[in-house]
Amino acid sequence: MKRRVVILGAGPAGLAAAQAALAHGADVVVIDEGERVGGQFWRHHDTLTDRRLQHQWARFERLRGALERATVHASTSVWRVDTEHGVRVHALHGPVDAVDREPLVIDADALVIATGAHDRALPVPGWTLPGVTTAGAAQALAKRDGVALGGRTVVAGAGPFLLPVAASLAQVGGEVVEVVEAAGARAIARGWGRAPWQFAGVAGKAGELGEYALSLARHRTPYRIGQAVTRIHGERAVEGVTIQRVDARWRPIAGTERHVECDAVALGHGFTPRIEAAIQAGCAISPDRFVVVDARQGTSVAGVFAAGEVTGIGGADAALAEGAVAGFAAAGGDPADARMRGPLAARRRMHAFAARLATHDIAPGWTAWLDDETIMCRCESVTVARLTAAAGAAGSSRGIRLATRAGLGACQGRTCGRSVEALLGRPLGLDRRPVLSSVRIGELAACADEAPAASADAG
Amino acid sequence: MTIRISFDGDEVLGREGQTIAGVLLASGRRSWRTADGEERGVFCGIGVCQDCVVTVNGVGSVRACQRTACDGDAIEREVR
Repeated sequence: MKRRVVILGAGPAGLAAAQAALAHGADVVVIDEGERVGGQFWRHHDTLTDRRLQHQWARFERLRGALERATVHASTSVWRVDTEHGVRVHALHGPVDAVDREPLVIDADALVIATGAHDRALPVPGWTLPGVTTAGAAQALAKRDGVALGGRTVVAGAGPFLLPVAASLAQVGGEVVEVVEAAGARAIARGWGRAPWQFAGVAGKAGELGEYALSLARHRTPYRIGQAVTRIHGERAVEGVTIQRVDARWRPIAGTERHVECDAVALGHGFTPRIEAAIQAGCAISPDRFVVVDARQGTSVAGVFAAGEVTGIGGADAALAEGAVAGFAAAGGDPADARMRGPLAARRRMHAFAARLATHDIAPGWTAWLDDETIMCRCESVTVARLTAAAGAAGSSRGIRLATRAGLGACQGRTCGRSVEALLGRPLGLDRRPVLSSVRIGELAACADEAPAASADAG
Repeated sequence: MTIRISFDGDEVLGREGQTIAGVLLASGRRSWRTADGEERGVFCGIGVCQDCVVTVNGVGSVRACQRTACDGDAIEREVR
């Protein structure tokens, strides 16, 4: 019988894993929340997407073509992964957040976790105002819906991802007033040797980043380095921002404030890997909260592999290479196989690129731009003042969570968790989640009724 | 192709295939939810933060950035 490989996520890593597992003769099942495969990198709609916003589209079409031999469950949310007696995945299929989605239970010989990452946006006073989004939201709205976030947008945060976001906004008709990068000139020179888009050691990447730099120049958009948006102003929506110089530790420098008028702000200070499925599967997680993998992309759990941003932030090319290795290994392939030479070489090259991204890692001084009234947890509107008071009084992590409700709202700490931990200087264990995605109670109850394998305590 | 949805009773036109968030943003709306008395709209745009939830055809807590708008959808603002 064929070996069944189930792949969570149909972005670059998951699609490459599917192609490689199929090449090794596996029975492949791909599961993704989106209506179409592609993940965030290839987010698209057949008629709404401006093709100029897509990169490596031919590669995507080849990967998508390979899926003809796989089973693809799109619009499907995985809510539980069991690894105690073999791999079993529980999911729900249907329109987003509908009431009566169809339950799916899928058994697998091997699992590839390729769930990617979402933007990390640091809290800043005023960041809950309408018109403030993550950089990824601005990108998704441009690519998927053909909509510009605002008329005048400030793109701020850290890392080369800000450049494609600015380019996308300009392409769909929005004006990007400034791109604001927190890493300073010295850090960038040390990290990249020169400007990121001139970094020549990585085939492909230099050209792509160069295109974005040209787009900025064409639209006369300034690219400010060593600066940050430290306050967002507005009554009922964004009206402007304060931008300040920051030091090497990202502490704002007094006296350098500038006011810039805008009606939208796109924030992206890096990425948070979506590791909850790996945590639930029992995979070892590194101290910096990535899934630990070996040279075959194998996790600490037998039969469970991981690839892409969940194993370290490296971008789409690293994800493609890692996915190919993971899929091939999950299908029982030998990494020494000649077909793996290309992906292994690409993985080495892209890990060198990924190491450079550390130039833009969040530095701890950012908390100095918060004030007492800044909301940290958006779901429960928990302010800095309430959190610091609770940390002083309640002591335990559980005590802080229960006293403030930070991280206990609808997003389950996905948005604020790491920032709350940074503010309080301690881990709160917010990324351990018993249910992996939004599920209605009725759907959960129906799963317990129908699934014969479910144990008595499932409800 | 154009689709018609309603938002709190007002007719809003969108393009077929757009998300509810995309339709509302394209119509000039920036927010469609109230949290602790303050306006909220789309934030993460990829289904993670739950900030953009709306009621769709009577069903609450639907992420506007993820759900594709369908012709005739009745969207209502949520308050908490």
